[in-house]
Amino acid sequence: MAVNNPISGLNKIFDNRIRLGVMSILTVNEEVSFNDLKQMLEVTDGNLATHLQTLEESKLIKVHKGFIGRKTNTTYAITKTGSKSFNEHIEALEKMIKGFK
Amino acid sequence: MSVKDQHLDTLEDIRRMMKRSSRFISLSGLSGIAAGVWALIGSYLAFTWIGKYRNNLDNVRNNDLDLHQLQVDLLLLAIAILIVAVISALYFTWRKAGKDRLPLWDHTAKMLILNIAIPLVAGGLFILAMLQYDEWRFIAPASLIFYGLALVNGGKYTLSEIRYLGISEIVLGLVCTQFIHYGLYFWAIGFGILHIIYGFAMWRKYEGSRVAED
Repeated sequence: MAVNNPISGLNKIFDNRIRLGVMSILTVNEEVSFNDLKQMLEVTDGNLATHLQTLEESKLIKVHKGFIGRKTNTTYAITKTGSKSFNEHIEALEKMIKGFK
Repeated sequence: MSVKDQHLDTLEDIRRMMKRSSRFISLSGLSGIAAGVWALIGSYLAFTWIGKYRNNLDNVRNNDLDLHQLQVDLLLLAIAILIVAVISALYFTWRKAGKDRLPLWDHTAKMLILNIAIPLVAGGLFILAMLQYDEWRFIAPASLIFYGLALVNGGKYTLSEIRYLGISEIVLGLVCTQFIHYGLYFWAIGFGILHIIYGFAMWRKYEGSRVAED
């Protein structure tokens, strides 16, 4: 694969809108709880959980399980790998748009 | 849709999510205007009460008692104005969030409140301590400066105008230290006029055009 091939930065995992949304939110926020993510992305629990698991398994985000009183409070943060691949993904998208001109 | 449009859409989505998740954008300019109007009413009342007290100085037997009463009245007035200003500010922001179909209480609202609260609570306690030592002269500059610091700190989590309003309040507070006997005027400018100016600018920038479209 050529170094200047813009498609090389594209990551299949970000093809999904919810996963893309999670990554966008976690890029600008240090730590976001499950409920806040759910509210901002307007998705169901199950749907969000599946996508979060995919991102976690790919080591793009990290999970922190905590408690507020008795209730569990799970928060998510972006990893260094996640931040790097997401930026590369955005750059690739931008390059491709310019390429079409 | 072409592939290019799809990519543009995706980038637009990313940008929107980043902004919406990190800044509280429902803040209404009308909130600022309302708070400013209440502050001007409060300043006017305080001004007349102080004037009345001064006029009575010569013919009242117990001046100390009168001064104490005036101080209590002014403190209660300040608290009352603060409460009605916050309620009307919340009302207009709640209305704007409803129109935009955004939640009023979300992650960004929490961040905004927390970051405003830290300098504001510190300032409030500091001013109470000044009152404890009967230091009245620095209340106006201290409240303007701490309020300005709170807005600069919270400005990172909401519309960028708030940051500039904060800087204006800080500068005004510092200038006020050099005109220490005119605190009430500076208060009226800082909490009244500046709120109205910035509120109007924000309303025109973010809401005014939409009213015209309706």
